[in-house]
Amino acid sequence: MEYSFPDYRGHFGAFGGKYVIETLMPALEELEKLYEEARNDPEFVKELNHYLSKYVGRPTPLYFAENLTKHLGGAKIYLKREDLNHTGAHKINNTIGSALLTRRMGKKRVIAETGAGQHGVATATAAALFDLECDVFMGEEDMRRQSLNVFRMKLLGARVIPVTAGTRTLKDATSEAIRNWITTVETTHYIIGSVVGPHPYPMLVRDFQKIIGQETKDQIMEEEGKLPDLCIACVGGGSNAMGLFYPFVTNEEVRLMGVEAAGHGIESGKHGASLNHGSSGVLHGMMSYLLHDEDGQVKEAHSISAGLDYPGVGAEHSHLKTTGRAEYAMITDEEALEGFKLLSTTEGIIPALESAHAISQVAKVAPGMKKNEIIVVCLSGRGDKDVTQVAEILGEKL
Amino acid sequence: MSRIGKCFEGLKARGEKALTAFITAGDPDMESTQALFKKIEEMGADLIELGVPFSDPLADGPVIQAASQRSLEAGTTLKKIIALVKEIRKTSQLPIILMSSFNPVYVYGEEAFVRDAVAAGVDGVILPDLPPEEAGDFLALADKKGLDMIMLMAPTTSESRARMIAEKSRGFIYYISVTGTTGTRNELAVGIRDKVENIRNLTSLPVLIGFGISGPEQAEEAVKFSEGVIVGSSIVKIIGGDEPIADRVEKVGCLIADIKRSISAGN
Repeated sequence: MEYSFPDYRGHFGAFGGKYVIETLMPALEELEKLYEEARNDPEFVKELNHYLSKYVGRPTPLYFAENLTKHLGGAKIYLKREDLNHTGAHKINNTIGSALLTRRMGKKRVIAETGAGQHGVATATAAALFDLECDVFMGEEDMRRQSLNVFRMKLLGARVIPVTAGTRTLKDATSEAIRNWITTVETTHYIIGSVVGPHPYPMLVRDFQKIIGQETKDQIMEEEGKLPDLCIACVGGGSNAMGLFYPFVTNEEVRLMGVEAAGHGIESGKHGASLNHGSSGVLHGMMSYLLHDEDGQVKEAHSISAGLDYPGVGAEHSHLKTTGRAEYAMITDEEALEGFKLLSTTEGIIPALESAHAISQVAKVAPGMKKNEIIVVCLSGRGDKDVTQVAEILGEKL
Repeated sequence: MSRIGKCFEGLKARGEKALTAFITAGDPDMESTQALFKKIEEMGADLIELGVPFSDPLADGPVIQAASQRSLEAGTTLKKIIALVKEIRKTSQLPIILMSSFNPVYVYGEEAFVRDAVAAGVDGVILPDLPPEEAGDFLALADKKGLDMIMLMAPTTSESRARMIAEKSRGFIYYISVTGTTGTRNELAVGIRDKVENIRNLTSLPVLIGFGISGPEQAEEAVKFSEGVIVGSSIVKIIGGDEPIADRVEKVGCLIADIKRSISAGN
């Protein structure tokens, strides 16, 4: 099977593209060109690998979750431990690469949007490391939900700019970051946190995240001598999922399964399942699946996890869904909490609420699979940031 | 020739510059939009841009974002805006341009939108987030029906892009005067005159200056090197005020008259 997306126009089949105002088009063209040069420059690759290994702590382990496997009584479950990266999530794979690109451009300031705060923290970290000025846009509601990460960003020297528009979550933070970029594009690089936005972002972020899948492939071959039967990852914008899936896309025997947020349940209308219950539309610079009404107005998404609380999704996921190469399941808030507790008690690993959606999906499918079959699940982040919120939901006083 | 083309021909013959007024359709409601339209035409605007509200207007500053919000809360849809244009067309021959984020148009259906808009009497369309690279299908549909697709140039636009945009734009070139979102600025960006003059080598289309024209002074300055101005946020700011709507309509009328006078004096 051949797979070479995006095409030269930044399209993944019917999705992707560059739907932005003219003011930004030259910056996107420049970024495309600069990235093309950088990825073919051995010096750039060497420097990126240096920071990924010595600073981020890669490769991350592929851990055989023996207890969880026994508990579920089906397929063998491996966890790709992105939670063990510096800053506690996969987001830093992209921000280190993007900060190096920023330096190469000669720009001195970066901006980012953040939902759960993980991408904000990872951007603030890279900005501190490479001495870049950093402003992070974050919805007010998310700042409340993720106060620990807000403080971490401040400690790292970034400014956190509260966004009070709309639902005050990830969508609005992204809109505000894009507006700021329209104004500051000549001096500022926008580090998008997921495989979303105008071309070349979905490709660039995927490429910086594909190390997840590449390492997984090597590690599982060494461990098991064969490829996994199923790869599972949660999907908000979908960068950890794209990072895991991409190196397996041409291995058709490997099933790829993304997990969207079903929130309070699909029938409640409060969810983030754009691939399952949206239709194609344009938001934040790309054509992709989108939650919107019959007049093209974007709907509010909902998820217990700030990182999945987004009405759009990465363009490449829309393509993979349309072609049938990947399938997309859904997990509710309630189920995600079960997954959160399950991994904590069986393996002693507290997952991020985002990753807990993937864990819950594993709990659904693993028992029905054979014992010699293998599931790899991307544990995209650790759950420390969510502990206060979960305590609140469970009625625990801290 | 389109109503927009004829409008510029007339202006040129009279040695005048164009004043394009922007208001968000349905802000604060459709009835007011109709009253505002009438007043704006009466006070001398040459073209009018009706903004289609969107939940996430990325190119807009706080003033027009708030207008979008008010309009959506009043239940405005693209369908209703097209119906409004049809109503207005019974009594007005002013060129009407719809300005919209692409998604409402995409969801309406590009072909259906072009057909219905033209039938209602819309003359032009500005889709800021549909750059020429993605506009192929839409432009072909619009050309077929005689709907002018007006494209934007920005201070960041390179010469090669300017060439492509000049070739694909219809009606006029919308020159974004500032690197930023919509909203009033205290002065015009430096170097803008040279940039606009460079466009002259690429096209014979009129060039209008928008984004950041706040009042008569900047308008007067801008028409020294352009065919006209587009004024949005300073009008929309008045509409967002809290006095009785009739007073706001009057105030908008005064602003239009002031700007029209200043660009006539500037000649």
